[in-house]
Amino acid sequence: MPKAEFWQGNKAIAMGGIAAGCRFFGGYPITPSTEVAEVMAEELPKLGGKFIQMEDEIGGIAAVIGASIAGKKVMTGTSGPGFSLKQELLGFAYMAEIPLVCVDVQRGGPSTGLPTKVSQGDVFQARWGTHGDHATIAYAPSSVQECYNLTVKAFNMAERFRQPVLMMADEVIGHMRERIETPDRSSIKVVDRKKPTCAPKDFVPYLADESDDIPPMAAFGDGYHWHVTGLTTNDWGFPTNDSHDIDKKITRLLRKVDRYRSDIVEYEAESYEDAEVLVVSYGCVSRSALRAVRELRKEGVKVGHFRPITLWPFADAELEKIVADYKIKRVIVPELNMGQMFLEIDRAIHGKADVVSRTLLNGELFKPAQIAAYIKEVA
Amino acid sequence: MPREDVMKWLRSQYMPHIWCPGCGHGVIMHALLRALCALDKDPDKTVISSGIGCSSRLPGYVDTCTLHTAHGRSLAFATGVKLADPELTVVDVMGDGDCTAIGGNHFIHACRRNIGICAIVMNNNIYGMTGGQASPTTPPGAFATTAPYGAIDPPFDVCHLAIGAGATFVARATIAQPTMCENLIKKGIQHDGFSVIEIVTHCHTQFGRKNKRKEPIENYNFFKDNSVMKAKADSMSPEELKGKIVIGELFQKDGEMEYTARYGQIIDKVSG
Repeated sequence: MPKAEFWQGNKAIAMGGIAAGCRFFGGYPITPSTEVAEVMAEELPKLGGKFIQMEDEIGGIAAVIGASIAGKKVMTGTSGPGFSLKQELLGFAYMAEIPLVCVDVQRGGPSTGLPTKVSQGDVFQARWGTHGDHATIAYAPSSVQECYNLTVKAFNMAERFRQPVLMMADEVIGHMRERIETPDRSSIKVVDRKKPTCAPKDFVPYLADESDDIPPMAAFGDGYHWHVTGLTTNDWGFPTNDSHDIDKKITRLLRKVDRYRSDIVEYEAESYEDAEVLVVSYGCVSRSALRAVRELRKEGVKVGHFRPITLWPFADAELEKIVADYKIKRVIVPELNMGQMFLEIDRAIHGKADVVSRTLLNGELFKPAQIAAYIKEVA
Repeated sequence: MPREDVMKWLRSQYMPHIWCPGCGHGVIMHALLRALCALDKDPDKTVISSGIGCSSRLPGYVDTCTLHTAHGRSLAFATGVKLADPELTVVDVMGDGDCTAIGGNHFIHACRRNIGICAIVMNNNIYGMTGGQASPTTPPGAFATTAPYGAIDPPFDVCHLAIGAGATFVARATIAQPTMCENLIKKGIQHDGFSVIEIVTHCHTQFGRKNKRKEPIENYNFFKDNSVMKAKADSMSPEELKGKIVIGELFQKDGEMEYTARYGQIIDKVSG
């Protein structure tokens, strides 16, 4: 039976993770994400899981990578400056193909910025924060319910694709309390990483199955000996300078996610069929935007809304198709940054509509009336 | 040639190793493998973790569960491995820059937690892989590419740092005492808590070329001539100890519960 709860977004993220099978959390206190760690500290040992408060943000992600290699489903959580600090080891996990979920409850930046105030300033850092090319999977929850549901999905994606998955929440969603329904555990779809079935002596740790480009992953202690490194490796997991091996590894890292794009990309769109104006917003902003859109609809304004749920991969083709098919004239992108996703949205639409950015960077949330005014300016 | 039982622990297919001819790191790897053999450790249940640098290439040559992490972070990774699966034997190898510069924070906190990891610090007083830059253990006055007029930073004493931070077994040897290296590593692995084994080694290629110790044998003789057992050192004056390397078991504290065991008690208490 589903159970009704009145939870904060950060608690829903932690509980969603536990429901997905998370049994190890490593982190460091930082506002506004600390409650994720606090809930994990309380709940994990009840289930035989482990929580560790590490000495710094880098230690937090390092410990969860270690625990993931030892076979656990793992999560770390952070905000703002901590997300910057975690970038190097996110890169390690992309390269060594280690499943983990990293939560970033976004606050104002750059630097220490606005620890208690909301922002969406990390959405491009999510995509390109660590050096080198890599595929990114990042979710932007816009309700407490989604904090729970999308964290379950984030774990499933991390386990399936053997790489980090990012939960790009924000201060408003993280700290907001609202009613949610937690499904019965048995009804939650949980994906576990693929394990090797061959004899240990035949195990080639990074030899991907051709069917999905993903190598099975052994856990330390399972009887399989393998070498994990952040260096570029051959299929044996050993450092290589061979140009063929390098190309094979890096192209596969991108391809393993890209070829399943349609399984990953998620968005919600409403009242766009006859719309002249489309608002594209995500995270907490979409709550104000949707209210504005719905109220203006009552007044007869032809406006719709598009909400990317996965920021990365971005629903570019899907958005472009809606804009083209329904002859949308103008697209408004309100964001709590200087127009980061605006760049991606403008790129996706290929000139089929005028795209305008509306930004707010003072630590406040857009009010529905503000967004309604933006719509009226162009409608 | 190493003994047959030691050879079984090697991934010989990845030889030759990357270390310079005459490098002391091989002595340490050999001592570690002999210690693992002597303890009859199961390679399926053994993890060797490392950071970045010459020393940190060691795990790649060992046929067990090996983890070559990021610069300075190996103890934080190893902490995750050990806490996730306390049944595993976890050995962590680091260089002096890895352990006491970029990884200094992880080092002191691993000491403080008393987590069951044996940390081997391969101290050659220099950043070798990047071409000979000064490290936190470069002796004052010694030359390095980033200390062209002589190092002015006071160095860390790795063992004192470990003791101060709460490690419960701390020992030191040099590569001129390979049997002592093996025995200390053995004790470090057996110790139920966080152990630190500093092994003083050399980089004749990078440190030696700037500090008149270019030949491996000069370094070996330097260690042999300047090592003093702890028992003897205890009766020497600070003046007499200047320039000496105090070796042997330096510190042991028994009765402190190991970290994963303490966490296990929490699980026992709160899980239903």
